[in-house]
Amino acid sequence: MAGAIWAVTQLEQGEPKGVSYETIAAGQKLAAALGKPLESVVLGAGARTAAAKVAARKVERVRVVDDPKLDPYTPDPYTAALRLAVEAETPDYVLFPHTYQVRDWVPRLAAALDAGFVSDVIDVRADGGEPVFVRQPFQGKLNADCVFAGAGPRLVSFQAGAFLADDAQKGESPAEIVDQAIDLSGVEVRTQVLDTFQEVENKVDLSRADVIVAVGRGIGKQENLGLVEELAAALGGQLAASRPVCDNEWLPMDRQIGSSGQTVAPRLYLAVGISGAIQHLVGMKNSGTIVAINKDANAPIFSVADYGIVGDLFEVVPALTAKVKETRGV
Amino acid sequence: MKIVVCIKQVPERDARLRIAPDGRSVDSAGAATEINESDQYALEAGLRLAEGVGGEVVALLLGPDGAEEAIRRALAMGATRAIHLNDAAFQEGDASANARALAAAAGAESPDLILTGLQSDDAGWSQTGVLLAERLGWPSATLIMEIEPPADGRIKVKRELESGWFQWITLPLPAVLTIQSGIYPVRYATLKGIMGAKKKEMKKMAPADLGLDPGQVGAAGRRVEVRRLYVPEKSAEAEILQGDAATAAATLVDRLQKEAKVL
Ligand SMILES: Cc1cc2nc3c(=O)[nH]c(=O)nc-3n(C[C@H](O)[C@H](O)[C@H](O)COP(=O)(O)OP(=O)(O)OC[C@H]3O[C@@H](n4cnc5c(N)ncnc54)[C@H](O)[C@@H]3O)c2cc1C
Ligand SMILES: Nc1ncnc2c1ncn2[C@@H]1O[C@H](COP(=O)(O)O)[C@@H](O)[C@H]1O
Repeated sequence: MAGAIWAVTQLEQGEPKGVSYETIAAGQKLAAALGKPLESVVLGAGARTAAAKVAARKVERVRVVDDPKLDPYTPDPYTAALRLAVEAETPDYVLFPHTYQVRDWVPRLAAALDAGFVSDVIDVRADGGEPVFVRQPFQGKLNADCVFAGAGPRLVSFQAGAFLADDAQKGESPAEIVDQAIDLSGVEVRTQVLDTFQEVENKVDLSRADVIVAVGRGIGKQENLGLVEELAAALGGQLAASRPVCDNEWLPMDRQIGSSGQTVAPRLYLAVGISGAIQHLVGMKNSGTIVAINKDANAPIFSVADYGIVGDLFEVVPALTAKVKETRGV
Repeated sequence: MKIVVCIKQVPERDARLRIAPDGRSVDSAGAATEINESDQYALEAGLRLAEGVGGEVVALLLGPDGAEEAIRRALAMGATRAIHLNDAAFQEGDASANARALAAAAGAESPDLILTGLQSDDAGWSQTGVLLAERLGWPSATLIMEIEPPADGRIKVKRELESGWFQWITLPLPAVLTIQSGIYPVRYATLKGIMGAKKKEMKKMAPADLGLDPGQVGAAGRRVEVRRLYVPEKSAEAEILQGDAATAAATLVDRLQKEAKVL
């Protein structure tokens, strides 16, 4: 429907991926602010079955975009399918969850439609009728209020966790489900998927750890790791790391916490020299008690921590290890 | 094989960020800079590929005069030559406007492969590589963690998916790949490399050299505008434990025992 807001649902093994409901929640907020109808588009192989679940949420209608070419996911047919749908229905806004898959194809869609694309948004509000989208450039250290310039459809992707799936209101009755007729017969699928797999089973299963001491780039170099190893040992905990520590091969990949590593929720999580980028936070923010040790008082990690020590880890960690040893008698 | 690697100059990681008087950008005067992290990995990947199968690596950067420093670093690491899109008209572009310029410059080189980082550490759009692929009409793949030498006009790469999943795919050349940090250990520039870099070609280009109208790039060509840049208010603020290291450590242990009851 012309002028509508679309929330695009990503499928995972035939089910709506959880973050898609967060996008619907964001869409409901934007729709209320702008007085525009919200529709969901379920895109992918098997979309018809998944659409019924999405239709339970408060949306005007659910559009199904299904075609054998959409299985397995590759960027060309996805881009073509949604471009055709957008050109046919001319929605004003098309919203997505900022998943790895969305990173892979939605910029293509933006270029194909010559549309603006505000990615990785954490909030939306309307300033005098004009929607403002908040994102976090500079690795989450700053916020930026963004607005669209120029005409054409407007694409927005939302950071995981910025909106809550539970806030996506249910409708009074199921929304209407309609088939979006698209013809992908002329679309060439250039990418060939050979194999989708999980790397060797994680050697260390950090998800079972009670206490985790995670170390970040602030440790400076591999030779300094002994410092945090000692703290982890004193606490009877496991050692984990942020991505750069593993990228630099200071610790093996199976110690990585975050969106491309393990997701953990120990009783106690100590983040040492970790800034708190969103891709790290998604892997640990549900931990019981979070402690951050960082020399930068503005590091984003402090906004998810319960306790913080602002200081040089090379002073704080040895002091903490000594105190823990004394207290626990180890 | 000809490979273009897009590199962006960004503020150094621990640099203090000052908001400029316009309230929309960061005041970068005098601030330390580096090559964007994933772009360093992209450059490393390009150099390895070119070393393996033969060919050249062209570094491509859009940025102001001061970004020459990043270009020199790339040349010192081993890039054969560089293209610097540097003109007042390029200023304050969004991902869309910048990708238009980068696509024009990279496309004119007719490379086999364009590599970019997956995301810039300053703007963080995570769009540019894929945008320029579509602008050129080339296939693309993102979050690449391994690249095999091309065969029969196709290239085989390993993509990172979420939560520890990966995927091997192939795509036809020419193509654009966005490189994930960690793909291969990044080399250091040697003294010889640094000396040699001074003699390498650095071509400066303006919109007209790319066949573009100034209105298509920079602020004039953008679809997204930053209205305000500011330090976020933190929602759930941690309790910051005061005192010197020993005092703060003692307070923490006390809190963990008595308040959080996790020790
Ligand atoms: C698609 C994608 C997936 C990603 N997946 C992951 C992932 O799974 N896991 C992950 O962790 N990251 C991931 N990242 C990377 C993420 O964006 C960040 O770059 C990364 O988490 C930063 O790691 P860090 O905090 O250790 O390093 P930095 O951001 O460099 O932070 C280092 C911190 O150490 C502090 N510090 C420095 N010296 C000291 C000292 N002496 N004492 C105390 N503090 C000090 C600094 O103040 C700074 O805050 C991903 C990124 C992308 C784009
Ligand atoms: N101004 C620029 N000059 C050269 N390359 C860039 C520029 N901006 C972005 N890129 C490339 O595009 C990637 C993604 O950037 P972004 O879309 O801003 O997250 C970066 O890692 C760079 O490789």
